[in-house]
Order: sequence, then structure tokens, then C-alpha cells
Amino acid sequence: MGAAATIDRDTLLTLLLRLADDHLVLGHRLSEWCGHAPMLEEDLAMPNMALDLIGQARALYTYAADVEGKGRTEDDLAYLRLEREYLNCLLVERPNGDFAQTMLRQLYFAAFMEPFWKAAASSTDATVAGIAAKAVKEVAYHIRHAGEWVVRLGDGTEESRRRMEDAIEELAPYLDEIFEDDPVTVQASAAGIAPQPSSLRPAFDRIIGPIFAEAGLTFITPPYSQRGGRKGMHGEAMGFLLADLQHIQRTYPGATW
Amino acid sequence: MTMVGGATGLDTRQQAWAAAASVPDPEVPCVTVADLGILRSVELVDGVAVARVTPTYSGCPAVLAIELAVEAALRDAGFEARVERVVSPAWTTDWITPEGREKLRDYGIAPPQQASSSIRSLFGEIEVACPRCGSAKTERLSEFGSTACKAHWRCLACREPFDYFKCI
Repeated sequence: MGAAATIDRDTLLTLLLRLADDHLVLGHRLSEWCGHAPMLEEDLAMPNMALDLIGQARALYTYAADVEGKGRTEDDLAYLRLEREYLNCLLVERPNGDFAQTMLRQLYFAAFMEPFWKAAASSTDATVAGIAAKAVKEVAYHIRHAGEWVVRLGDGTEESRRRMEDAIEELAPYLDEIFEDDPVTVQASAAGIAPQPSSLRPAFDRIIGPIFAEAGLTFITPPYSQRGGRKGMHGEAMGFLLADLQHIQRTYPGATW
Repeated sequence: MTMVGGATGLDTRQQAWAAAASVPDPEVPCVTVADLGILRSVELVDGVAVARVTPTYSGCPAVLAIELAVEAALRDAGFEARVERVVSPAWTTDWITPEGREKLRDYGIAPPQQASSSIRSLFGEIEVACPRCGSAKTERLSEFGSTACKAHWRCLACREPFDYFKCI
């Protein structure tokens, strides 16, 4: 990250919404496992990780609402935007699939966010730095937890290994998008607010490499890369996710606890 | 910032601090917000008691309850009150006071390892003493326990399961 350069409000808002949307959507996906996990410990672990992610999303939405300055709240940003306004990467909206797919998706995202938050902890933006300093420790637990499962399943039975290999294939097309730079990330990086996604690939590989090696799994190069999430172009699964996430606010506008 | 009149102002501020500091954590009621180190400051600003509170874990569902309880405690002590949430610098388990750590242990929760900034205490082979019998022969059952801040452990000496307050 550099310094000195400034960032305009719309760019900062876009950056914050992308981050917040990633965390809310993945947090929601994990919460779908609540009550359905293969064992009690996982039934606690996945909603716990979901809480971390949704908590991080709340802090980011609150700040985004401040930056926007139009009187919207974190709830407005989470519950009242349309699918095309969501800027999350496609990886996080992928359906849970089986437990192997959920754990691999979690590992991928956590291995991307850990170096991201580490860099953002010294952000020139004090609020981003504060959110990052806490999140970097929380995401470290997610890497460890998901990583242990990837090893256990990859190096497990024939069935568990097949499922992990299927998960690698299924998620492969969605990996490149998270490392994509564009004018928003260029400006954010120049202003010292957040790192360029592409710069995080070596750190990501250093996390994933040993885990795959221990699991006896092979990383594959995807036949194609799917992109578009950062511009609001989502897959079919996203609409169903939002219907679930937003239906209370849409059915009873302004409902509060 | 206006202090309410010299020495009296300081006394008033101390009263406000004492009122806010007495609020228990809703999920771990053996410790107060001051024990946890999440009550950052209480200042008197133009006659209003302003308490600054920092969240523990990002997803801690108790944050709002804590903020409301601090505000209520200040009002009960006769102050006009406002609570501000601060995220920077980020809270770490190192901010739990020595008294707070003892209260956790007495309550049956193993306190977090010190020096959370070291990656070893986040991930290394940590040794967690059983809060009931003190044995170091313990094992982790699950990284994620009954609340966001706790992991689930078991003592191999006295066979009791216990919560470990995770280090962040």
C-alpha cells in the first residue's frame, strides 16, 4: 500500500460495500447449516463463523452508510438493495453443496481475507484499520478450522476424498475473480486504504499449499474463470439467497425486533 | 469538553465511571465491562456522560445489550448519558484485567492466554489449565463453543468439560 493519494467518496463506498457484501453473503450461507450440520460441534462452529462474518459485515455496512451520508442504515444496505446492487464475489454466493464444498469455500475465502486484513490493519483509514485488526484474528480461526477439515476429508476415506476433489473442481472457476484488480482497488491501494487483491495471491498460495499437500490434494487450473460479481452480475443462486435473507424486511417493511 | 467544575467535576466523572463500570457482561455475568476492558472511557461532555465502548468479537450479539445496559446504568446514577461505539484500536483479550481473569477462572471459564498478538498463542500448542482442578492435562473438544468468545475443552484429570475464553 502507498499513501498520500486520496480516495473519492463513491470509490470508498464501493470498496466497503464489496467487502461488506462478501461477508454478509458468506455469513448467510454458513448460517444455512445451522441445525443441519453433520455433528454437534460443527453445528456450533459454522454459526460461530457466520457470526464473525456477519459482525464484520455490520461494522462495514455501518461505516459505508456513514461514508454515503444519505441517511441509510446498515439494515437498509443489507436488506433493501436489489440483486444487481450487491457487489460480492461469486465464490461466496456459491451454494453450500455438501460439507466438503462448504469447508473448501470457507478455506479459500479465509485464506484470501487473512492477508487482506493483515495489510488493512495498517490502513490510512482508522475505521478500516480497526475492523481489520479484529477480523485478522477471527479469520485465522476460520483458516485453521476449515483447513483441518480439508485435510481430514482429503486424506480420509475414498468417499470423503472424492467429495473434496469434486469441491475443488466445482469452486475452481470462482477463484480468479477474488484476486481481480480494477480502478476501485487501484485507487484504494494508492490511498493506503486496502491492498490490491492481486498482491494477495502469493500469501493465499502459502496458506493453501501446505494444507493441500497434507491432504494429498491437487490444485487445478480452471478451464474458465467466471467473473461479474463486483459489477453486480450474479449467478442464479444469488436471487434465492436474497429472497431468504430479505423476505422479512420486504414483507414487513421497517420491521424491528 | 467541559468538566463540571474543577475537583467536583473529577468526582462526578469518577461517579459516572463507577456506574458504567459496574455493568455485568450479559453472557458472562461474572465479569463487568470494566473487567473485560471494553469500557474505554467515560467523560463528561457539556454535562452529558459519554461512555465509549468497544466490541469484543465482531459478531458478538451482546454488543447492543451492553451498550443499552451502560446507558441505563448511567441514567440510573442520575446522568444524562450517551454511548459511543469505538472500533479502533481493536479490543484484544489482553485488555481483560487481572481481576477479570481471576473472576473468569472462579466462574469455571479458563481465561485466555496472554499476549494475543503472538501467533503462537493464537495457534500454537497452548496449555490451558482446568479452571476447576488446575490440571494442565486438558484437551480441546471444539474450537467453537457456546458463545463467539469461547472454545469447548475437557479436563483429562477431573473429567469435567469447561469453556475456554478464546484468545484474540
